[in-house]
Amino acid sequence: MARSQPKAKAAPRFALIAAAAAAILVLVAAGLIVVAYRDQAKGVAGGPLASLIGGKFSLIDDNGKPFTEADLKGKWHLVFFGYTHCPDVCPTALNDLSLALDKLGAKKSKVGIVFVSVDPDRDTPAVLKSYVESFDGPIVGLTGTPAAVAQIAQDYKVYYAKHPRADGGYDMDHSALIYVMDPEGRFTATFTPDDSEDTIVSRMAKLIS
Amino acid sequence: MRSRLAALGASLVLFAAAAGGAAAQGSDVEVKDVWARATPGGAQTAAIYVTMASAAGDRLTGASTPAAQTAELHIMTLDNGAMKMRQVDGIDLPAGQAVTLKPGGYHIMLTGLAQPLKEGQNFPLTLTFAKAGAQQVTVNVQKVGAMGPGGETGNGMSMPGMNMPMKP
Repeated sequence: MARSQPKAKAAPRFALIAAAAAAILVLVAAGLIVVAYRDQAKGVAGGPLASLIGGKFSLIDDNGKPFTEADLKGKWHLVFFGYTHCPDVCPTALNDLSLALDKLGAKKSKVGIVFVSVDPDRDTPAVLKSYVESFDGPIVGLTGTPAAVAQIAQDYKVYYAKHPRADGGYDMDHSALIYVMDPEGRFTATFTPDDSEDTIVSRMAKLIS
Repeated sequence: MRSRLAALGASLVLFAAAAGGAAAQGSDVEVKDVWARATPGGAQTAAIYVTMASAAGDRLTGASTPAAQTAELHIMTLDNGAMKMRQVDGIDLPAGQAVTLKPGGYHIMLTGLAQPLKEGQNFPLTLTFAKAGAQQVTVNVQKVGAMGPGGETGNGMSMPGMNMPMKP
């Protein structure tokens, strides 16, 4: 026992350094894999990264009907997480994606947009319906129980959290990546809200071909 | 150094001219291109964007409008891949330098909209500056996905730091 005392004392700092080093290694490895795949026309589908993102989920669409991972099949999907009280990033992203799809021409019918609410308390199917209909794209709005939303967020490695406002309300912090899922429902590529519609169009055209 | 000074001088002269125009309204902050997006159905919030310039330097400290219960100054930031919207106390207007609020950066956040904002509408907005005081301007409502005061669309958000290396 006495011998393990000094060790125990040193442990936290060592553990911290080891954890930090491990985290850096993981990041570097992930970065290398991502770089290796970024120019592949077919994205990561079928590769080691594909299983990182996605999984089973059980949500409700903006018509009040059940929507699960099985509904992602048969079409390409651009999956974006946000909330309707978001005045800046969410409308920008949904509009950019809609414009990009318009430019895909005949391939447009092969792609759908999925907007998953990270604010299920306020985003009912009815709220989502009128929200997504304001954009030109083929957008399906998804919501669900807090547990169901937490599940899909975990599967898609999406961070979200309530941030309280001074007036008693709240905003949501949320990951802003856009996931590309192939017609078999497999994770294939990502976009950021920063990507121009031209970037999205050319990448999607390559993926679909 | 000298050319930089010359450029600064030239911009100050230009600025003085612009400020002269604004002075007619009793203010030394020039405000232009005040716009908002039409709100998507169901949305209860909106963002206003604007370009401001002050010859002497000033600070935007607040805003109000009859169109909404609250109008706050907000900034969007990207923190470890997560978008965060935070209230700020004010937005500095460095002397002689135009500051443009645009999607993906600063905006004036409206909550509790009296009614949805529709494309083509105009509504009043009062901006409060630390030195220049209150100034009333008119907000022009653009379409849902507008990226600029003229209704430009799809320019991307050009947010510093948004270019993450994750693009498999």
